[in-house]
Amino acid sequence: MNMSELKKPKQKTRYINPYLGGVLLGLVLLAANFISGRGLGASGAAKSVIVATVNTVTPGHAENTLFYNEYNESHPEGPLKAWLVFQMLGVIVGAFISGAVFNRLKFKVEHSPKITSKRRIIFAIIGGILFGFGSQLGRGCTSGSALSGMAVMSLGGFISMAFIFGTAFALAWFFRKNWI
Amino acid sequence: MGPLIVNDIITQNTNFFLAFIIGIGFGFVLESSGFSSSRKLAGMFYGYDTVVLKVFFTAAIVAMLGMLFMSLFDWIDLDMVYINPTYLWSTIIGGVIMGAGFIIGGFCPGTSFCAASIGKIDAMFFIAGMFLGVMIFAEVYPFLEDFYKGSFRGTPTLSQALGLKDGIVVLGIIFTALGMFWVGEWAEKKFHREEY
Repeated sequence: MNMSELKKPKQKTRYINPYLGGVLLGLVLLAANFISGRGLGASGAAKSVIVATVNTVTPGHAENTLFYNEYNESHPEGPLKAWLVFQMLGVIVGAFISGAVFNRLKFKVEHSPKITSKRRIIFAIIGGILFGFGSQLGRGCTSGSALSGMAVMSLGGFISMAFIFGTAFALAWFFRKNWI
Repeated sequence: MGPLIVNDIITQNTNFFLAFIIGIGFGFVLESSGFSSSRKLAGMFYGYDTVVLKVFFTAAIVAMLGMLFMSLFDWIDLDMVYINPTYLWSTIIGGVIMGAGFIIGGFCPGTSFCAASIGKIDAMFFIAGMFLGVMIFAEVYPFLEDFYKGSFRGTPTLSQALGLKDGIVVLGIIFTALGMFWVGEWAEKKFHREEY
């Protein structure tokens, strides 16, 4: 047995056990509910950033647009002084720490060998647009609506989870070339 | 006792600071479980990698059970915890659009931030798209307002909707999840693919 064979099993343990990951994530979610009386989220922070940007860059447009108007009225302290914004900054830091610990910090476009980087990026943008739009219509994304909703047994959370994953499964065949 | 912020045990600024700490935990767990890889996430929908299923449902069960026990011990007042409201049709259509975004883009918002944080360029473009999607929604919002605010069903829990006790529903979810984990483990063997 040479050295490269000895090193091989190490590659397989790059990620933590998924069930352990699930327990830890559940405890984080529980802590959020115990401390702050609310669940985790992601798309809400994106919304805060957009509202703050539009308020600053084109204040006139923010005043004349119903969406920004409603948001600003319900957030008198400003869009960035929000729980989710602070949580999301933490997410970026936490993911970076994990990437550093497990030696995964690297600039790259991850894609199937069967497709080009360009194709991957175009699809990432389209997917992002859909997710951004859908998360506004659905009042939260996989974290805020589906996972956190399910944790507090919200009916809406279960509906959200079923339709996000159900649709992705239903459409998987059409986009298989991108992934497998 | 809990939630701490609602019962004025901590201040608003402490709450924001703890939100940051909670976020670090959230981001660390997502990244170390492999959620910073779009190909790992998408594996869920082809059966070659079901890490999403395992992490997602284990987390939901742990949090659900934790909430039940904490309320049983009077550590938390469930009436003071935010329950996501149910707007039937906007949740369904929003979910369908997000599902399409998931299989096309390979990320969801939380995972895209994790992936971008460790340098995934595709995730950065996903985030740019997501910002654009929010802005598009803002512009068409007047046309969607009635639909968005319609079909409001209050803030029912699944157990209330089914007319069953919380404990029974959670037990049912646990058995369902165990069944899905079994299918997931089977699928990973059947549709096995090399790690990348």
